[in-house]
Amino acid sequence: MGRIRWGWVAVAALPAVFIGYFFIYPVARILGLGLAELNIGASGLDARLLRIAGFTLWQATLSTILTLLAAAPLTWAVSTYEFRGRRLATALITVPFVLPTVVVGTAFVSLGFGDSIWAILAAHVFFNTAVVVRTVSTLWSRIDPHLEEAARVLGATSWEVFRRVTLPLLKPAVAAAASIVFLFTFTSFGVVLILGGFEYATLEVEIYRQAVTLFDLPLAAALAIVQLVGVTGALYAYSRYQERKAVTWTLERTSNRRAPSGAARALVALSVLATIGALSIPLLALVTRSFSGEFYRRLFESDPVVGRPISAVGNSLLFAFIAMGIATVVGVMAAAVITGRRGSLSRWFDLTLMLPLGTSAVTIGFGFIVALGWPVDLRASLWLIPIAHALVAVPFVVRSTLPTLRSIPAETREAASVLGASPSRVWREIDLPIVSRAALVGAAFAFVVSLGEFGATSFVARPNTQTIPTMIFRLLGRPGETSFGMAMAMAVVLAVLTAGIVMWIDRAQVGDIGRF
Amino acid sequence: MLGVDTIDVTLGDAPVLKGTSLNVADGEIVAVLGPSGSGKTTLLRAVAGLLEIQSGDITWDGQSIIGVPSHLRRFGLMFQGYALFPHMDVGGNVAFGLKMAGHDNIVEEVAKALVWVDLGGFESRPIDSLSGGEKQRVALARTLAPQPRLVMLDEPLGALDRNLRQRLILDTRRVLDERGVTAVIVTHDRDEASALADRLAIMREGSIVQTGRVNEILANPADEWVAEFLN
Repeated sequence: MGRIRWGWVAVAALPAVFIGYFFIYPVARILGLGLAELNIGASGLDARLLRIAGFTLWQATLSTILTLLAAAPLTWAVSTYEFRGRRLATALITVPFVLPTVVVGTAFVSLGFGDSIWAILAAHVFFNTAVVVRTVSTLWSRIDPHLEEAARVLGATSWEVFRRVTLPLLKPAVAAAASIVFLFTFTSFGVVLILGGFEYATLEVEIYRQAVTLFDLPLAAALAIVQLVGVTGALYAYSRYQERKAVTWTLERTSNRRAPSGAARALVALSVLATIGALSIPLLALVTRSFSGEFYRRLFESDPVVGRPISAVGNSLLFAFIAMGIATVVGVMAAAVITGRRGSLSRWFDLTLMLPLGTSAVTIGFGFIVALGWPVDLRASLWLIPIAHALVAVPFVVRSTLPTLRSIPAETREAASVLGASPSRVWREIDLPIVSRAALVGAAFAFVVSLGEFGATSFVARPNTQTIPTMIFRLLGRPGETSFGMAMAMAVVLAVLTAGIVMWIDRAQVGDIGRF
Repeated sequence: MLGVDTIDVTLGDAPVLKGTSLNVADGEIVAVLGPSGSGKTTLLRAVAGLLEIQSGDITWDGQSIIGVPSHLRRFGLMFQGYALFPHMDVGGNVAFGLKMAGHDNIVEEVAKALVWVDLGGFESRPIDSLSGGEKQRVALARTLAPQPRLVMLDEPLGALDRNLRQRLILDTRRVLDERGVTAVIVTHDRDEASALADRLAIMREGSIVQTGRVNEILANPADEWVAEFLN
C-alpha cells in the first residue's frame, strides 16, 4: 500500500547498517587504496600481480577439472542406481566438504606430502567432490527414463545415449557445480596457506602475506581488487545457470533410480568403495597420527608461546555463540525484507547479502583492519572476531530461511490480516513460527561456519583470542614433532565438533515442518 | 450495511473491476454470480482491504472505509483455498480471530464455533489430517468465530466433489441463517448461489449487470447474455 510502514523500515535498517558498515564500507576503502596502487603501474608490481593471478586461475581451473573427473564415477552410481548404502555413501562424501579448511590442510600434511602443488590439488578435489556429486545427481536422478529408452529404441548404444542425451541434459548442473568448485578453489586460503609453503600462493594467500606479514596494505588492496574481479566473473557464470534452471526443472519430480544388475553391480560397488576409500585416507591418517603420542594431553598444558592450546576451544565456542546470534537475527530480518512486497528494495538486499559469500573471507578480515578505525577504532575490539564470522555466516542463514518464507502463500498472511492481525502481528503469528525451524538450521550453520572460519579470523585474532583454526595454524608453523602432533589433535577436535553439528542439521531437515 | 460505489480496480495493467457497485443490507445474504475471470474474487479482496481501489468508494453504514487497513475492518473472508494456517491445529485456527480481538473466553468460543459446523471436539486435530470437507468447515468456523460485521465467502464449496457439495450447501446455509449474518458469497454455480443467498448479483467482465431474486432475474433477464448465462 502507499503508506510508509515505519516498522518495516526499522526491520530493514538493522541488516542494511550491519552489511553497510562491516562489509560495503570496508570493501570501498579497499577499492580506494588498491586503485591508487594499480594506478602507479610499476612494471615490477604488474609482473608479480600477473604471476599470482595466473597461478590462482590455473590451479582453480585444474582443480575444477580434476574434481569433475574424480566425482564422475560416484555421481553416475548414485544417480542411476538404487542400492543399499546409497544414502550413507552420499552422507560420507559430504564429510570432507563440511570440514574446516585448516583441518583438511592438516590432514594432508599428516599424509606427509605438504609444500607441493599436488597436495593443493588433491586437497581441493578432496574438499569439493561432494559439491559435484550432490549437485549433478539431484538432476541426473530426475531425468525421465523414457528419454534414454527412446534413444535406445532408436538404435543408440549406451555410450551414445550418455553422450547425446544424458550429458546434454546434465549440462546446466555440471556448469553450476563447476562454477561453485571454481569459486571455492579460486578463493582457497587455508588449504593453500598450509600446503603451499613459500612457493605457491593464491591471490587470497598473497593478500594475507602482504597485509599481515609485510604490512604492504596498498599492494594487498590491489590484489583484493583482482580477486574481486575473478569472483564476480565466477558468480556471474553461476547466476547465468540459475536463470536457465527453470527450464530444466520441468523434468521428473521424483527420482528414477533402478536396482543395478550384473556388470553394473560390480561397477557401482567399485565406484563407491574407491571414492570413499580415497576420501577417507587423509582423515584416517590425521586421526591415527594424532593418537601416536600424548598430543591430546599436551593441549591442556601451558606453553610459553601459544598459552594453553585448549583455551582456543573455549574462545571458539564463545565466538561461535555470539556470531550465531548476530547472524541469525540479521539473516532472518534480511530474509523478511527480501520476501516483503517492496520489489526493488528486496532485490537489492538479496544481491548485497550474497556478496560476502563470494568476496572471500580474507577480503572481509582485511577490510576490517583497513577501515574500522572510523568513527570509533574497533580494530582492537574483541567483537571483531564474532562480527566477521557473522558476516560470513549471514548468507547461510538467509539461504536457509528464504525458501520457507517464500513458500508461505500470500493468502495465509492475508487470512491472518482479515482476522484482525496487524502487519507486525502477522509476522509474529505466521512467518516467525513457520520459519523458526529453518532459522534453527541456519543458526546451526552459522555456528559451524564460525567454528571453522580461518580467513577473516587470521586478520583480527590477537594472541589472547586465538580460535581453534588460528591455534592449529600457529602450532603447524612451529618446528617439532610435538607441535605438529598437537595441531593434529586440535584438528581432530574441530572435525568432531563440526561433524557432530552438521549431522544434527542433516537430521533436523528430514521430515520436518520446515517444508510447507 | 455494505456499500460498494462504482469502484475501479486495476491489477498490473489490466482493469479488473470497472465501475462495480453493490449494496448489501444488514442480515442479507447476497451471492455474486459470474463466470470465472469476471472479477468476483477481486471484488471481495477490495472489500476486505487486501488491495487498493483506483476510484469509487466502499462504505460501511454510510462511512467510507477506504483508509481502514484490512485488519481493522472487522470483516471475515473465507478464501477459496481456505488458507488454513498449517502450523496450527484446528483449535488454533479457529481461535486466531478471537485472539486478535482480545476475547476473554476463547476456549469456549472455539468449542461453540466448531459445534456450529458439526466438528465438535476437533480442536487438537492437525490441519493436514483433515479431509477436504472438514477443511471447508474449519475455514467457515474460523471466519464466523470472531463474529465479523460482514462475512465474505469465496467459492465456499468450489473445491469439493459433487455429493459433498450438496450436503455442505445446506449445512452452510443453516450455519449462516442461525448466526443471522450479513454475507457476500462469490460463486460461478447458479444452484449454489440460489441455495445460499437471498439475492443474486450477476457479474460480467468487472461490472454487476443485474441484481434481484433468482426467479425475478429468470423471469426478466436484463439482456441476452444474462439469460444465456443462467440457463
